[in-house]
Amino acid sequence: MSEYQRPLSPHLQVYKPQLTSVTSIVHRGTGIALAIGTLMLTAWVLSLAAGPEALECFNAFAGSWIGQLLLLGWTFSIFYHLCNGVRHLFWDAGKGLDVETAYKTGYAAIIGAVVLTVLAVIIALA
Amino acid sequence: MAEFTLPKNSRMVKGKEWPAPAGATNTRQFKIYRYDPDSGKNPQLDIYTVDLDDCGPMVLDALIWIKNKVDPTLTFRRSCREGICGSCAMNIGDGRGTNTLACTQSIDDFKGMISIYPLPHMPVVKDLVPDLTHFYAQYASIEPWMKTQTPPPSRERLQTPEERKALDGLYECILCACCSTSCPSYWWNGDRYLGPAILLQAYRWLADSRDEATGERLDQLEDPFKLYRCHTIMNCAKTCPKGLNPAKAIAETKKMILERVG
Repeated sequence: MSEYQRPLSPHLQVYKPQLTSVTSIVHRGTGIALAIGTLMLTAWVLSLAAGPEALECFNAFAGSWIGQLLLLGWTFSIFYHLCNGVRHLFWDAGKGLDVETAYKTGYAAIIGAVVLTVLAVIIALA
Repeated sequence: MAEFTLPKNSRMVKGKEWPAPAGATNTRQFKIYRYDPDSGKNPQLDIYTVDLDDCGPMVLDALIWIKNKVDPTLTFRRSCREGICGSCAMNIGDGRGTNTLACTQSIDDFKGMISIYPLPHMPVVKDLVPDLTHFYAQYASIEPWMKTQTPPPSRERLQTPEERKALDGLYECILCACCSTSCPSYWWNGDRYLGPAILLQAYRWLADSRDEATGERLDQLEDPFKLYRCHTIMNCAKTCPKGLNPAKAIAETKKMILERVG
């Protein structure tokens, strides 16, 4: 190698997002969101054990607009992670890896997650 | 480690806008990544206007037109101009692009200004020429030749039509590196992850009925980085200019490793 450092060609800056790359990064993002969401679930269980005052405090937070927004986010996260996880199971078996099928299942995972989230919200608010 | 921004010496700056050809009515603008190692300056994006009535239909024709008629310093690799040598692999698009061969990419597939960059996340030698040394070293590491133990027969090692068919979709790879340099996993872990092109080649030998080193090859691939950085992002299959599917080959390799564990 010569003494100068060659520049690195642009990557994320120029590469066009593809449906399959977006579903992949969202899968990772929702996975992280779910891990953090589990802490919230733990907080709920702990407050339940700690007594009525703590539970009320938790419920007040969960009922506030920010709590509701987080719950909506985690609801979508779990349904998306579930739907896209099924895609991954098929891929692990070597099936559905052609581009056309991967695109169809990608759209299906997104639509499925949105529909399930809306259903969950309707049931929760009913 | 994943580093999402470009290093300081790699950030692109606005370049020169070259004058449009006089009297041309059917023109197209090209924004092209320029880097001159002798200047010590950062890469820049030059804008050229090409007279399409005086130029062939493909993106490579436009590059050659620019080099011949406007700016002889524009540097890129090309050879066969028919999608078989893999030299002119680059990132092409209107706005954001994908990787493909300039020679088989029609100019008419795009609307507006066409942007051309070198293959992504690679060290740049000059302009559109990336340094592929590491890519080729990774190719050599999988020992891409037939390995046998049995004594050579008096004639060719025969295959049934079905055994031969198992190599379809694998042998056509021209090692242009479009897929590997489209893969975010290869961007972040390319030092140890072999990437889609090399893993497709590795599978090409695993799938060959005549090869007798399957176990040894799988031993070599069974590594958290070499093989298992594939997360089925599928940019590889989407971008392959030959329509091949490295993601499928990688999945089959993982299955082979799993099956021999039993």
